[in-house]
Amino acid sequence: MAELTAAPHPGNGIDPIRAEYMALTRRKRLYGGLTLLVFVLLMLSGFTLADSRNAGGFWDGLHRIFDFPAQVLGEAWDKIDLMPAHLVKFFPALIETINIAAVSTLVGAMLAIVLSLLSTRGLARFPALIPLFRRIMDVMRAVPEIVIALVLIFILGGGPVPAMIAIAFHTAGALGKLFSEVNENASLKPVEGLESVGANWTQRMLLGVVPQVAPNYLSYGLLRFEINIRASAILGFVGAGGIGYELKNAMSWGQGKFDEAAAIFLLLFGAIVVFDQVSSHFRNKLTHGGGA
Amino acid sequence: MSTMALKSQADGLFRRKRLVAFGLPALIVVYLAYIVFAFDIPGLAERARMDNARALVADSYSYKTHVTRDNRSGDVSIAIEGERKGAYADGTAPAWVTLGDQTVIDLEDGHVVRFAETGVSYDVPGFGLITAEPGPRGVQTNLDPENVPDWINLSKNRMTITTDAGRVTVTRNRTEVFRYFAGWELFFFTLDSPYHGHGAGEILFGPRIDPARGNIAGALHDFWHNAMWRHAEVAWAMFETVLMAFLGTMGAAIVALPLAFLAARNFAPLGALRFAVRRVFDFVRGVDGLIWTIILARAFGPGPMTGALAILFTDTGSFGKMFSEALENVDRKQIEGLQSTGARPLQRYRFGVIPQITPVLLSQVLYYLESNTRSATIIGAITGGGIGLLLTQAMITQKDWEEVSYYIVLILLMVMLMDWLSGKLRQRLIAGGR
Repeated sequence: MAELTAAPHPGNGIDPIRAEYMALTRRKRLYGGLTLLVFVLLMLSGFTLADSRNAGGFWDGLHRIFDFPAQVLGEAWDKIDLMPAHLVKFFPALIETINIAAVSTLVGAMLAIVLSLLSTRGLARFPALIPLFRRIMDVMRAVPEIVIALVLIFILGGGPVPAMIAIAFHTAGALGKLFSEVNENASLKPVEGLESVGANWTQRMLLGVVPQVAPNYLSYGLLRFEINIRASAILGFVGAGGIGYELKNAMSWGQGKFDEAAAIFLLLFGAIVVFDQVSSHFRNKLTHGGGA
Repeated sequence: MSTMALKSQADGLFRRKRLVAFGLPALIVVYLAYIVFAFDIPGLAERARMDNARALVADSYSYKTHVTRDNRSGDVSIAIEGERKGAYADGTAPAWVTLGDQTVIDLEDGHVVRFAETGVSYDVPGFGLITAEPGPRGVQTNLDPENVPDWINLSKNRMTITTDAGRVTVTRNRTEVFRYFAGWELFFFTLDSPYHGHGAGEILFGPRIDPARGNIAGALHDFWHNAMWRHAEVAWAMFETVLMAFLGTMGAAIVALPLAFLAARNFAPLGALRFAVRRVFDFVRGVDGLIWTIILARAFGPGPMTGALAILFTDTGSFGKMFSEALENVDRKQIEGLQSTGARPLQRYRFGVIPQITPVLLSQVLYYLESNTRSATIIGAITGGGIGLLLTQAMITQKDWEEVSYYIVLILLMVMLMDWLSGKLRQRLIAGGR
């Protein structure tokens, strides 16, 4: 009521406040609109640029997008009786891909545990070297798997080992960063307790820190495993064994082997979905219903 | 009684813990042992090509200049790395080669190679003069074939001498001398550029080197269009890779956001639709980036657009899942507040929901942007675009290892820059969001 009576008087009351507020809102809206405009322009110009650099145009290709899947499915359907045999034939390759992912996750995680403990404040063995270990992890994380894989394929020849080393290297860096964030939240009391009874650094870390953070480690490790299955399939395509390599062979053969390609697609898709579900189930259990 | 029960319970717990503490590492060891055989790691030592590794390492920090004589015509040519792009013009030579009737190549430390009328002589300090005469019946040398030191490889048609100073190869057709230098050859200017051999100070402050153009502009032009290192193309490829990651990530976020509303329990009342959209997310995520790349490359051909779309498809699934989870966690009170003022549904979403989820969304998107820069390198190698393609091409030729290491350094810098940028933006977002 009081405002209503005060409103007609100019110069005081809520009018200037309202004007100021409206100006503020307008300015905010203007900035927001400009940001949006710049973003839209960036997307559009980027899109046209990428389109012009592409071998085939976007609009020409759009209606052909289903041609290839239709071709593959058609051929697979024609030879549907061969499908079980193909699935059995390529199953070992799938196992190899999963093995690559599993080993590289394991090895990478072990390396990551050491690196992360060495680079966490309060836990580090050599506190002065924390920045060094952090930079090492940054570099390891930045290396795309394909770089190491290609170099190692040149030296070691094709096969699962180059892919394994390449993925493990990147995994160590990526997990190391996440692990060291987990470590920072660990309670230092068990560590101090162990120190008071004369435990050395390795014992303090293994018995004092790792049991506290193991569920988080495991959860991040499972997530990495999912990512690494995809990575190891891709690396197979550039020459490091497993199902990606079989896929490349079937694809470069072209028509006539599309039924094999379909079988490989099916296996890879199935494996990714299954491991995604399993790992997210366990991760949910670890984070929510966890044994903590 | 109860203490007994407690004790036995505790004993059981300890037994179980002990089993896990020893069983888990044992399981890992058994698995790794299986892998050692499954991956044939013992056989790795035989398959490994250490000479390849040596060539790779040596080439990445040094280069060689070839002095070649065609033994039939007698023409002498000099080229860096033996490439046409690094060839010295006829009649010109670096300071350590003297052209003339007799070509004298000074390999330093007393090692001197001379090309005479037809033969070749190499003065090796502490060993003596080695002469070789290529002819129609093979290579005649003054060496005793029964007693050749191990740094000389001698056969009827070929002699190769490898010393610390360089390498001399004589065959019937050709005589080749390699001299090794540290560094990356012609990184700034090729030999045909007038700026080759001039220091930075000279170019920046010295008198005009090429009368036709200013020093700085000319030097930049020659550097940018360096035929050996192709800086312009490399810069463009890097940009293309970042472009793929940017378009893919942002496009996926734009597509995923409206779909996420349909998949969130509190926004989509229709259960069947929700289920369908969720399965679509699962499907595009499960059909990995690799398969999307292959399918899309068939439709659109190689190039950055294909890579961007492959990233877009895969990440639409991931973003859709994450966004819908974020939407399910929004606070209903703000939406109800807006509803009480008579806001229409679209307004409720715009002012009640979007501000709540923006920080979560943007930080996820930025995180993916960094990781997709790495993926774009790999996808580029498969579909043919960006720095990934240049890297695989340089790998396939198996000789330009200095270019490979250059690309690797550039990729690392690019990813680290994106990582830094996305981290900075996320930090600001989280700090500003509160």
